[in-house]
Amino acid sequence: MAYFLQQLINGIALGSIYGLIAIGYTMVYGIIGMINFAHGDIFMVGAFIALIAFLALMALGVTMIPLALLIVLVVPWRSPPSGAGQWNASPTGRYANPFAWRLITAIGMSIVLQNFIQVAQGARVKPLQPVITGGYEFFKDGDFTVIISNIQILIVVTTLVLMTAFWLIISRTALGRAQRACEQDRLMAALSGVNVDRTISLTFVLGAALAAVAGLLYLLYYGVIDFFIGFVVGIKAFTAAVFGGIGSLPGAMLGGLVIGLIETFWSAYFTIEYKDVAAFSMLAIVLIFFPTGLLGRPEVEKV
Amino acid sequence: MSSSLLEIDTVTACYGRLPVLHGVSLDIKLGEIVALIGANGAGKTTTMMTIFGRPRASRGRIVFDGRDITQLPTHEIARLRIAQSPEGRRIFPRMTVMENLQMGAIIAGDPDGFDHDLDRVTTLFPVLKARADQRGGTLSGGEQQMLAIARALMGRPKLLLLDEPSLGLAPLIVKQIFAAIKELNRDGLTVFLVEQNAYHTLKLADRGYVMVNGNITLSGTGDELLARKEVRAAYLEGDTAMLKETGA
Repeated sequence: MAYFLQQLINGIALGSIYGLIAIGYTMVYGIIGMINFAHGDIFMVGAFIALIAFLALMALGVTMIPLALLIVLVVPWRSPPSGAGQWNASPTGRYANPFAWRLITAIGMSIVLQNFIQVAQGARVKPLQPVITGGYEFFKDGDFTVIISNIQILIVVTTLVLMTAFWLIISRTALGRAQRACEQDRLMAALSGVNVDRTISLTFVLGAALAAVAGLLYLLYYGVIDFFIGFVVGIKAFTAAVFGGIGSLPGAMLGGLVIGLIETFWSAYFTIEYKDVAAFSMLAIVLIFFPTGLLGRPEVEKV
Repeated sequence: MSSSLLEIDTVTACYGRLPVLHGVSLDIKLGEIVALIGANGAGKTTTMMTIFGRPRASRGRIVFDGRDITQLPTHEIARLRIAQSPEGRRIFPRMTVMENLQMGAIIAGDPDGFDHDLDRVTTLFPVLKARADQRGGTLSGGEQQMLAIARALMGRPKLLLLDEPSLGLAPLIVKQIFAAIKELNRDGLTVFLVEQNAYHTLKLADRGYVMVNGNITLSGTGDELLARKEVRAAYLEGDTAMLKETGA
């Protein structure tokens, strides 16, 4: 029981990180119907920016996490790796097949980001000494103590706060309405005076900011990163987005949690080598019974 | 009064390489109701969309309120307060009625005036008030049409474009909608109307244009056009019963 509880806590923490990344996939898919294959690498770049920020701040004798969080949030806003550039660069609507154009651009962006970090930061694994330590003894059962570490609390709380903030942005603000309008009917959005290109760019940037925060949390949680983490974590988060129903924000979060939990429990009770197989198999099974994901909306709709 | 609010000057437009409009010219003066009638596929909707640059005019120019808008991005054209209730209504299906109206209010650029404008359109279409929290996609066809017009009105437009507001609607609702258009026009709104329902439209309009295969073939006042036998033959055949009935 205690062991189970511990795994549950670990799974939720991991799932929160997946969920944060999955939101970016799902938002971009919702608005332009394309999977942003560079998204996982934006997460990786976010982790590196966080690492550099931490090292710089530590050199200055500061260990404030909120500050690093702020840097991670602000830096991608104006810098090219945010993914906004890749959209702006594409000649929307002028070519016969913008879909292929964007897809190729995204994959290219992914390769560029990986190689840029590999060249700029080196190919070796980068460690960061633990910044947040300690935790709470939650429950004791014989020899086994269930611990919620402070970093796990930070991850879950950050995720909850960001999710709530995003949900409010999407459902209550003019920007959120413009985003949903672009998602549902781009031509009508333009006829309503919405700058569609700018709205899409902002969606990329918002998703990228979340991925970057996820990168920061990942760095704090595991303490080691390298230039290739974006691939596997990105694929997992993508799986989470599909699992929950691509295009659905709550679905992305739910999918993230489910993938995190499956992976953790499989590692804990079966073989750790097959944890990815377990997660992806589960996706296949779910898609058989819910082709649009757990919370995805059905394709047919009365218009 | 004689100055044009919108002037379409020998505009040619294509979908891909297929030309749809062949040098279309028409103008709409302040305070008028102007109708564009024609058969399916004549290019009426394209004419309307070309005003917004979708598709762009490949030749000719479009002037709104003294400004050349031919090359302006679509959203900037809309923000000059040209509002459209487009073909197929294009209600945002997964937004509530209220949110749809909020989308329409963007081009008004006046958040403080929102409540006032909302009052105005819900007085015109009371059913929208009752449906405020319902998703647009769940409304009936007639309600969606009213919502599309109401959404356009929320932008406090200088020019209102209506593409087939009567399409697929029960005669009673068509009557309501045409009455609403007339009322809005009395309050000073300029309206450009595309219709297949030629009889009602020409009755309502100050002036009309007839479009055939991407060309304007006839123009004149609504009554003049109604009296032309080629108009009657081509567009009013189905309506002749109605013509006799009303003694027109």
